[in-house]
Amino acid sequence: MTEAVQQDGLVLNGLTKILGGRVIIDNLHLVVKKGEMVSLLGPSGCGKTTTLRMIAGFLIPDKGDILLDNKDVTTLGPEKRPSAMVFQNYALWPHMTVFNNVAYPLKVRKMQKPEIEKRVHEALALVNLMHHKDSRPGQISGGEQQRVALARALVQEPDILLLDEPLSNLDAKLRVKVREDIRDLQRRLGITTVIVTHDQDEALSISDRIAVMNNGKIEQFSTPQELYDRPETEYVANFIGSLNHVTGEYAEGQVISGSAVVGIRPEDVHFSKVQVPGSFPATVELVVPRGHFCEVYLKRDDVKLRAFISSDVPTAGTQGFARISKALIYKDGKLVRVA
Amino acid sequence: MVKKEKARVKTSSPLVKALLVLFMLCMAFFILGPLAWLGVHAFVTNWTYPNLTPDGWTWHWWTRVLDDSALEGAIRNSLIISPIVVLCSMVICLPAAYAAGRMTYAGRKTFLIGMFAANSFPKIGLFASIATLYYALNLMGTVVGVIIIQLLGTIIYMTWIPAAAFAAVPRNLEEAARDAGASKFRVFRTITLRMAMPGILVAIVMSFLASFDEAQGTYLVGAPAIFTMPTEMYSLVQNYPIQVAAVFSLLLAFPSVLLIGLARKHIVGGQLAEGFQIK
Repeated sequence: MTEAVQQDGLVLNGLTKILGGRVIIDNLHLVVKKGEMVSLLGPSGCGKTTTLRMIAGFLIPDKGDILLDNKDVTTLGPEKRPSAMVFQNYALWPHMTVFNNVAYPLKVRKMQKPEIEKRVHEALALVNLMHHKDSRPGQISGGEQQRVALARALVQEPDILLLDEPLSNLDAKLRVKVREDIRDLQRRLGITTVIVTHDQDEALSISDRIAVMNNGKIEQFSTPQELYDRPETEYVANFIGSLNHVTGEYAEGQVISGSAVVGIRPEDVHFSKVQVPGSFPATVELVVPRGHFCEVYLKRDDVKLRAFISSDVPTAGTQGFARISKALIYKDGKLVRVA
Repeated sequence: MVKKEKARVKTSSPLVKALLVLFMLCMAFFILGPLAWLGVHAFVTNWTYPNLTPDGWTWHWWTRVLDDSALEGAIRNSLIISPIVVLCSMVICLPAAYAAGRMTYAGRKTFLIGMFAANSFPKIGLFASIATLYYALNLMGTVVGVIIIQLLGTIIYMTWIPAAAFAAVPRNLEEAARDAGASKFRVFRTITLRMAMPGILVAIVMSFLASFDEAQGTYLVGAPAIFTMPTEMYSLVQNYPIQVAAVFSLLLAFPSVLLIGLARKHIVGGQLAEGFQIK
């Protein structure tokens, strides 16, 4: 890990944070390349927000270093770091107009008035909020507040943008739109971004790479596709997407008795009425329509499997044959092989 | 069932409305009645039982009050002492309020409850014991003595209300300002203080009124050297016609009404009303 220290972008090197006698972050290493968008993904309490707050400077790590473009910022206060954060609940100042909210970081930097005006207008235009520049935060919608918070961060032209669950207060439809907007902006500006989220959909759809966190450690750090196809631990496999768990070994398309754990994605389970090599007899127990596909519960004499089937959906009670096209085999929680 | 309930509400509503109106009128009479009585008496030559209307109208009592040097002195004392008391109270209490509202330390709860304790037993006993102390310190009959006595009554307002206001400022609004590059002091000045301002304004108004109306302690410590408007009332009630007391009462009420009117806009109409929907 130490050889990665000489690098542009963000480097977290052996970060440890103890709060209230509990180890929240445990010797954490992470390298975010310049211009990359990385998600910290995990359930609440896994330490993702604590990590972000250390990057922002609100918390000082007990051990380890934080490097931004090869500069050590570990002990700098938040006002001295070239980072800008978008808070979960936006943290807009209710007593200032939208314009003044966005202008605040520039006023603090003692910029000239015309320059401030120009840059605030640019930032507001970027997030399509020019028409609300004289409104108060309390007068605009949640989605608009979110964009003001984003503009306030971007107007600082930070070296790194930090987003703390930026979409969790938005309704489902808006969330998809805003996350695309954020991704688009991030790409266009080429700004290094770390986003904290507990929503795997969000992480998978906007990140270049995802760090899945558990108990203050990173379980796996890779691209969304790799994370889905080759989850290195059982924990990651469970967290990303759906998974059938079967205790046993896997051989020639069949789960046989054994001590390992075989993980099978529901979309890798297939069903047909005719027997093909590698398939085994199974009965359809239940069919749950899920929109563009159906969730089919299949039963063999000893195990149940969930399958996602989108065409030729069988009806409940149908006798036929199930086939497994891909399986992940875990021993002691670690991936040992993909078959 | 729903229909029945609706019907009941309908049949009873005129009665309820009438009772409500009656209640409001009683309340209005109770609150405004004495004020109206004062208001009228400040302008009448004479109005005694059994006459239904006053004998005549006059400005005489106003000129008499304003020309009387003793009364004028009381007014001047009140208008000078009360603002000084409020200022001193702010200087002493606001830092304490910030500490109580934003920091956690041992004895914080005890401190806040202690503020109440000072107000929980008869003040006159407290004042009497302070008076003995004042004799020793040569503070009897001095402006400083009166200021300290009046300060006591303002402390509870100037600590509790701003403490609650400081505590209500969301931490992440300050963090956002730090993140934007502001120093701790600038964050305090532009975010924390600014957002706690409505609460501080309320505390200023309450403290001013507490100081302006304080009579017991001021009389004990100040008389006969220093009279303020409320202490002057004691001699007015005894030695002057009732109309003079009425004029003086209105004068005493005037700053209070003015202050509340001024502060109302900031407290009710300001960002407090519109901005706090942010979680």
